[in-house]
Amino acid sequence: MSGEVTYRDACREAIRDAMKRDPRVFLMGEDVGHYGGCYAVSKGLLDEFGPERIRDTPLSESGFTGLGIGAAMNGMRPIVEIMTVNFALLALDQIVNNAATIRHMSGNQFGVPLVVRMATGAGKQLAAQHSHSLEGWFAHIPGLKVLAPATLEDARGMLWTALEDPDPVLIFEHVMLYNMTGSLAAEAGAVAIDKAAIRREGKDVSLITYGGSLPKAVDAAGQLAKDGVSAEVIDLRTLRPLDDETIMASVRKTRRAVIVDEGWRSGSISAEISARILEQALWSLDAPVARVCSAEIPIPYPHHLEEAALPQVPAILAAVRGTLG
Amino acid sequence: MSAQKLHLTRESLLGLLHQMTRVRRFEEKCDELYQSEKIRGFLHLAIGEEAISTAVMANLTPDDAVVATYREHGHALVRGVPARDIMAEMYGKAEGCSRGRGGSMHLFSAAHRFYGGYAIVGGGLPLAAGLALADKMQGKRRVTACFFGEGAAAEGEFHETMNLAELWKLPVLFICENNLYAMGTRLDLSESQTDIHAKAQSYKIPSESVDGMDVVAVDAAAARAVAAIRTGDGPHFIECKTYRFRAHSMFDPQLYRSKEEVEEWKKRDPIPRLTNWMREAGMLHDKDIEKIEADVKDEIADAVGFAESGTLEPVSEMTRFVHAEAAP
Repeated sequence: MSGEVTYRDACREAIRDAMKRDPRVFLMGEDVGHYGGCYAVSKGLLDEFGPERIRDTPLSESGFTGLGIGAAMNGMRPIVEIMTVNFALLALDQIVNNAATIRHMSGNQFGVPLVVRMATGAGKQLAAQHSHSLEGWFAHIPGLKVLAPATLEDARGMLWTALEDPDPVLIFEHVMLYNMTGSLAAEAGAVAIDKAAIRREGKDVSLITYGGSLPKAVDAAGQLAKDGVSAEVIDLRTLRPLDDETIMASVRKTRRAVIVDEGWRSGSISAEISARILEQALWSLDAPVARVCSAEIPIPYPHHLEEAALPQVPAILAAVRGTLG
Repeated sequence: MSAQKLHLTRESLLGLLHQMTRVRRFEEKCDELYQSEKIRGFLHLAIGEEAISTAVMANLTPDDAVVATYREHGHALVRGVPARDIMAEMYGKAEGCSRGRGGSMHLFSAAHRFYGGYAIVGGGLPLAAGLALADKMQGKRRVTACFFGEGAAAEGEFHETMNLAELWKLPVLFICENNLYAMGTRLDLSESQTDIHAKAQSYKIPSESVDGMDVVAVDAAAARAVAAIRTGDGPHFIECKTYRFRAHSMFDPQLYRSKEEVEEWKKRDPIPRLTNWMREAGMLHDKDIEKIEADVKDEIADAVGFAESGTLEPVSEMTRFVHAEAAP
């Protein structure tokens, strides 16, 4: 695979590659087989790998996530796909009470090398039960790793690293990224999942973001540059564990931080990052930490309200200017 | 009591009696240790229900897997997890079978393929089906035995798992320990259909209901089910009608049932029942019982001594194993 590809293609290629590399890997979820995946990520994989390894499941999120946990504990490397993060709430018992606890609770006798992929985020007018960004919730839970690939390279490369992890890893794919296009090297492969990435270097302000908000932050940084403001853009990539080192190094350099998070502000990952900056880098700051988050409402259906509810470039620009005084 | 199983011998019956007695005496000791505050937290005793774990385990091989609930001391014991490891776990000692971290409700033993006690009702079922899915995908002819109470039948995870297990013909044996009360709520106050095995049947799972106070009946049903599962027949379901003689946990004043009801069920106590039947058949002598009781007494005394002399995990190690540690 090379040349112009989509984020969706990169996700698919990651699954194909994992399936070919390791016979223990299989994909299981709602409509992953005959339908080709709700977001067409797994299109064609049923024909290529057959129904044993591309398993359509009933609408039983808790059931098939739990099956994934059990299969992972017994020698397999399942990839469970949950259609959207809102549906993952039906599987919270298995993810939080089982997958996240078993290694510690069993005194290290059992581990759960499970990968759960799911779509997250708003922007497609899917309203209040298909559009939320709850990855920050999962990042609250010890025992889980939480990834948010925002680039083609990460969509292609994070899955294999996650599958090699001996513990449960959740991967959140933002719905507005699936159609993002770009070029991906033919030899693109596994990437590390323990470091944030600087997507654009700058010296005046740190824009700290992840997932579907990354393109907005990059866009904002481009506009700021025209005004002579040099913004550094940090793509967190991994929400748990957070890469404090990269965040603090950037903030100490720029002395200003704006966090862009599609989750709600209250009790959010943006709140966590803000607290860590205050704990570790307060004396380097020239301005209060600012946040751009979603409005605290269930995401509404009409396009204009949905757009208004989400972090957008003008709000990022305003927040940055606020920190510049 | 029916000796429909051809392989029933004096030795095998003595084995069942020994196991049930071990579990009974072990839990009686736990009760005592709870009163003296050696054991804390929740403690769910299965006194009265010992026939089920005893009979099912007798039909499993070391290669099979077990998933149990928070009322699982007996399951772990009969499965072969050493009594001392379990008792040390009750004490919260680092020598316990879960390093002391799980306590009474979360016994684990990888060496015995004892995949744990789960304390969210119904939460172990999908996991058990997943173990079975892995066996099936890897071509292993193993059985996963999954224990749960009738309260689980009200959970969505029960129904999701029944459907998936039969849909995918997974080698899992579901054992419902129907003790009539989900904590303090009587079955007919919580279920429109009180016939639990019919629920499994509605998913096309071969299912039967047996007298869970009759160890021989449970043994026979488990033997049939395990044999069928090993041929690739998919899941089987056994509902065992039973009764817990003690409170739900140590915090339960038992306001929801009468003493008369409890006394009535005690007449069906599986241990005297087997004892009397074996005596009548001339297969049991006083010295057999004396030997069993003496062996069990020694084993439990050893377990308590082991737990007493165990060590507490250092607080500095508390954060280990949230994730796997890198190999040195």
